[in-house]
Amino acid sequence: MSWGGPETTVGTPPEVTRGRRLDTRRILLLLGAILLLVSTVRVVTGANDLTSAGTFSASLRLAVPILLAGLGGLYAERTGVVNIGLEGMMILGTWFGAWGALEFGVWWGLVIGIAGGAVGGLVHAVASITFGINQIVSGVAINIIAAGVARFLSVIAFTGAGGGATQSPQIPTELPRFTLPLLSGGDLFGWQSPDPLGWIARQRWWMVSDLGALAKGFTSNLSLITAITLLLVPLTYLFLWRTRLGLRMRSAGENPVAAESLGVRVYTVKYIGVVISGALAGLAGAFLVFEAAGIYREGQTAGRGFLGLAAMIFGNWRPTGVASAAGLFGFADALKLRSNEAVHALLLLAAVALVGLGIWYVWKRRLGFVAVAIAISALVFVWYGVTETVARELVFITPYVATLLVLAVASQRLRMPAADGLPYRRGQE
Amino acid sequence: MTKLRIRLLWLLVPASAIVLAFAVSSIALLAIGEDPLAAFRSMFEYGSRSNSLVSMVNRAVPLYVAGLAVAVGFKMNLFNIGVEGQYRIAALLSAAVGAALTLPAPLHIALIIVVAMLVGAGWAGIAGVLKVKRGVHEVVSTIMLNFIATGIGAYLLANYLRKPQPEGSVDLIIATRQIPESGQLPPLTRVGGIEMHSFVVFAVVLGIVVYLLIWRTRFGYDLRATGINPGAAEASGVDPRRMIITTMLLSGGIAGLIGMSDLFGFFHAYTLDFPTGLGFDGIAVALVGLNHPIGVAVAALLFGWVDRAAQILDLEGIPKEVIVITKGVIILSVVVAYEVVRRVVLAQEVKAAAAATRRLETEEELAAV
Repeated sequence: MSWGGPETTVGTPPEVTRGRRLDTRRILLLLGAILLLVSTVRVVTGANDLTSAGTFSASLRLAVPILLAGLGGLYAERTGVVNIGLEGMMILGTWFGAWGALEFGVWWGLVIGIAGGAVGGLVHAVASITFGINQIVSGVAINIIAAGVARFLSVIAFTGAGGGATQSPQIPTELPRFTLPLLSGGDLFGWQSPDPLGWIARQRWWMVSDLGALAKGFTSNLSLITAITLLLVPLTYLFLWRTRLGLRMRSAGENPVAAESLGVRVYTVKYIGVVISGALAGLAGAFLVFEAAGIYREGQTAGRGFLGLAAMIFGNWRPTGVASAAGLFGFADALKLRSNEAVHALLLLAAVALVGLGIWYVWKRRLGFVAVAIAISALVFVWYGVTETVARELVFITPYVATLLVLAVASQRLRMPAADGLPYRRGQE
Repeated sequence: MTKLRIRLLWLLVPASAIVLAFAVSSIALLAIGEDPLAAFRSMFEYGSRSNSLVSMVNRAVPLYVAGLAVAVGFKMNLFNIGVEGQYRIAALLSAAVGAALTLPAPLHIALIIVVAMLVGAGWAGIAGVLKVKRGVHEVVSTIMLNFIATGIGAYLLANYLRKPQPEGSVDLIIATRQIPESGQLPPLTRVGGIEMHSFVVFAVVLGIVVYLLIWRTRFGYDLRATGINPGAAEASGVDPRRMIITTMLLSGGIAGLIGMSDLFGFFHAYTLDFPTGLGFDGIAVALVGLNHPIGVAVAALLFGWVDRAAQILDLEGIPKEVIVITKGVIILSVVVAYEVVRRVVLAQEVKAAAAATRRLETEEELAAV
């Protein structure tokens, strides 16, 4: 298949470079188009919260757990193990993170939360790799068990200590936060530096302010875990695509039999992938406890593990793709929280985007698709015109509907690891 | 190995899982300084009371139906993770339709059941069509559809289907209108203050129908054959695309019935208090019951009993949440033991086949001499 650069083949460098350069250009073009569209809609509708620095900051905060779960899914699936258990591992991360923070302080809490998730990953690895049971069955079982373990442990550890069966006491300490000096108004050796990005964002200039707000949102009041997560995106790429171990891990996900015959220890690299996967889900859980809530609460993960899985598929099993998808999901979430007006403006955005899609299909000579796109666009226009707000419940489902649509429209263009989800027994042919 | 010995080996799977689960739960209880034997004794005492048994059946029926829905999919290697969403949206819409009408009793009940099955089947059918037409894996699409069902259900309930609120006051319970008397089922019996829901009769019939359909018809044969060896089934004339859609519709139709027991016997309306997680528990029940209606029934009764019997633990000062661990360990050890036994049986078959071939060869050589 021609889609996707480096991951399709391991041994053909010329194609790889060409594919990647094209990809980057395409992505930049797409991002530019999105910016143009969003900015125009903002100016036309006057829904300034659509691209305020606060919205981007909130989007980032909401995207981090999804992104971490998505990267977790990526590590497991690149080695050929489907991880439906991300949600459960995230639950373990929240509980153990909270407990560790209460017992030993916030830094240990972070470590223990990650370890809790990693243990969940280890269970999944033992069941699905060593015993070779169905990976989906094992993942579902882990989700059920993790919820039970968290509940049981809460009863033991938190009742009588200011918490209860469903929540922990307040977690006192906070992790450090960071704002970029000179550009976003951070402190520089105790001196409050100016905030040019914030100023630009407040001017509401077409295109410029939107970009300024984006930069401001990504550079101010960053939590430690957020910064780590953002760094993890390029690091994951470098690790999986530019190191020997990464190559071996991916080869186990593409063709384990061939990999084994070349001397790769398939079981070992699969274990590594799945345990990293659990650890990242655990970190996502710890983030929810330390940065989002300041407390452990039952049901806190609220399906974010599954959302991470969706982001991974949406992002075509690539780190940058996962990051974009997680960002999009976080953005939808942030708008829902911040402003009804902005969500309403989103309808206009969708309608215009559909028109654009229709034009694209005209160019591609797919007239049936043109008709569908224009028809849906017209409906959304009418919806925008006759209503004032959009119900929260309908905003809640947008990431899921978007994922289904992407899968339905572009499943031929997505390329998952070839041996993803298949049980592998050492010595099989 | 004789057939009987293989059967016994299979039965060992759930048995060993249950033993292991109780062992692990005992360790968990010991770890928090409780006496596991005393805990289990009080569970058995409380759990063997007659009203506990009624409660066990009431809890088991939705689990059983959920298990059947999952098992039907499993039989064809289809993973219907979306049972939860199918059940909830079916319960909501069938309750709304049931409350909007008044019909003669049997017709009213039949209508509610048919609507529930159609909605469940339709919701599952989306995943089936996406798989066949667009190649979307059913696990991913049903997970997404679960969330979408939750969102749409909440939206419909809040904006259109909620019981009209009296002037000036707002009901705290978010529910649809009550279904009139003609759409309610009277309790089967009443033991010790607990009513046994009549839907258990429907559930038994459903189990028999599913058994006959899957194990005694041409369609069921095709379904099981596709599950075991899709290539061979296709070569013998089974259309895999049609089978996928039909199986998803069937699984979803059964999933639509999960909420009926509580709807007819207890709530008489759809409320947010409907039990959650039944779809996922259904996966567990189907796995423990080895995807056979009788096995699923036993597993559902077991889970229902554990749920009920554990209620006593809180009174004894033991966190009853320990049973969630029990259930989790049952699930995981069942699938592991299942896989191990499968491999043992496979190895035995290979050995037996090899021995038979050798015998045949020696006979041929003797004949040649």
